Amino acid sequence: MKIAVIIKQTPDTETVIKINDSASDIVPAGVKFVMSPYCEFAVEEGLRTKEKNAGSEVVVVSLGPDRALETIRTALAMGCDRAIHLKDPAFEGGDAQATAKALAAALKTVGPDIVFAGKQAIDGDQAQVGPRVAELLGASQATIVTALEIAADGKTARATRRIEGGDEIVELTLPAVITCEKGLNEPRYASLPGIMKAKKKEVKELKPADLGLEGQVGAAGAKAKRVKLMPLPERKPGRRIEGETPEAIATELVRLLREEAKVI
Amino acid sequence: MANVLTIAEQREGSLKKISSEAIAVARQLADASGGSVTTVVAGSGVAGLAQALGASGADKVLVVDHAALNLYSTDGYAAVVAAAIAEAKPDIVLAGHTTMGRDLLPRVAARLDTGLASDCTQLTLGSDGKLLATRPVFSGKAYEQIALIGNPQMATIRPNSSKPRDPDASRSAQVANLSVALDAATFHSKVVEVRRSAGAKVDLTEANIIVSGGRAMKNADNFKILWELAEAIGEGCTVGASRAAVDSGFAPHSMQVGQTGKVVNPSLYLAFGISGAIQHLAGMRTSKVIVAVNKDPDAPMFQKADYGVVGDLFQLVPAITEAVKKIKHEG
Repeated sequence: MKIAVIIKQTPDTETVIKINDSASDIVPAGVKFVMSPYCEFAVEEGLRTKEKNAGSEVVVVSLGPDRALETIRTALAMGCDRAIHLKDPAFEGGDAQATAKALAAALKTVGPDIVFAGKQAIDGDQAQVGPRVAELLGASQATIVTALEIAADGKTARATRRIEGGDEIVELTLPAVITCEKGLNEPRYASLPGIMKAKKKEVKELKPADLGLEGQVGAAGAKAKRVKLMPLPERKPGRRIEGETPEAIATELVRLLREEAKVI
Repeated sequence: MANVLTIAEQREGSLKKISSEAIAVARQLADASGGSVTTVVAGSGVAGLAQALGASGADKVLVVDHAALNLYSTDGYAAVVAAAIAEAKPDIVLAGHTTMGRDLLPRVAARLDTGLASDCTQLTLGSDGKLLATRPVFSGKAYEQIALIGNPQMATIRPNSSKPRDPDASRSAQVANLSVALDAATFHSKVVEVRRSAGAKVDLTEANIIVSGGRAMKNADNFKILWELAEAIGEGCTVGASRAAVDSGFAPHSMQVGQTGKVVNPSLYLAFGISGAIQHLAGMRTSKVIVAVNKDPDAPMFQKADYGVVGDLFQLVPAITEAVKKIKHEG
């Protein structure tokens, strides 16, 4: 099987966000950039799919600046075979559509039977790139997936997607795009030999012109533009509730929730 | 003038609350610009839902009733939304940021080569008359405002972030059937089964009140006292957990609130024994009222809480349950 994984480099979950002076983005200094957590599930599922299907290849595709190479190497160290890095200033500043166009064009050079992506990246949190890529490739899709079985003939799959208050079981035909949710698998760590091998694996850099997408990607192709980034409104300081007994505290808390906050 | 199309969401023939929340937002955008609100509802045997959608504020309801739409499918529902857009020719398209909206709207937006703002908490019209969206980014650590510049402009709305209008039974929408050619046999992906989870009646993302437990719950059994409190509070209340509790095996991941769990937006969030790690706060800090109960007076959760209690949750949870029962009994 031809397997592709889309990954994105994002700030680590513990990052404290600082907004820059022009309110256009975060201050990158001091931020630890990692593979977005849901992309780790995507890489792992790609590798597991390869292990179950002899003769398969896993290709990682990522759009990002120079520093994204570090995250691409992590995926290669986990066991992916080769990578495509969409790296050019012209790719920057795009919305989900511009990004999906670039990724879909790169994926067409691979011709995957199945594409794995995270259910969302934890910076933009748009949760759009996976299904947009599926549409642009003319592939089927299953999003927010917690379990996946691919049929032995590699033509169909059965996915479990987590929905409000339960699960949906989805049957789909390949080629397909699967967006991965926590619970799908436990991502492996890169081994030391894996890290050594990753240094020699191919990372092909592509620019918009290589994909025939000049003027259609990045900020030039965006259909949504950030006006400004804003800090959260600070919550006003709270109140400590004290009392002689747990019962007294509980009674006072519940009274306040009813009479002051009016939420119970 | 902004004409708005909303995508109603129904499960098993019942309208989800987000449907009327989306109509309320659409109404504001349309009224501010002299436009109108059309709602499309799709499913099998759903014609009866049109009246309620009109009462919620829609001017026109498009009904797509087809056996192939009984269960959700990306292909079937995307075809419906594309047909509704072709019919209503809206400037703006809105749906809920639910598991359905998240699967469906990006697919349709890509087909129409247009922009989409996901998980919005506020929508207004810019000076150019186009949609301006405010939405959390970096898992709720900041907000961004984005301008939609394509046509139509699309957005999904965070559940519980907008108040539905009071239903007005005297309002009657113009109802029209929209015929869409569909053949389930040609769908490349389709839902074949829906499995409801046993315990929770209401999902975390839809809950009005959430009682949540952290690592200090010590084990899975102890979550039962949180369920008892949720039961006492009643309808619209459910139980959540921190990542620490989930990773310790006290609760399933479907109950996890936080950056790598569910992002919730209830009117009341009660955090028991949750220290308040940044990734947890990311998932619940838009809650309208936050209560923190923790033994550690320095727990970061207290900085975000409207009401804080330093104490032993194993004494306080049962006491709060009793106090709630008492106040509910008194009415």
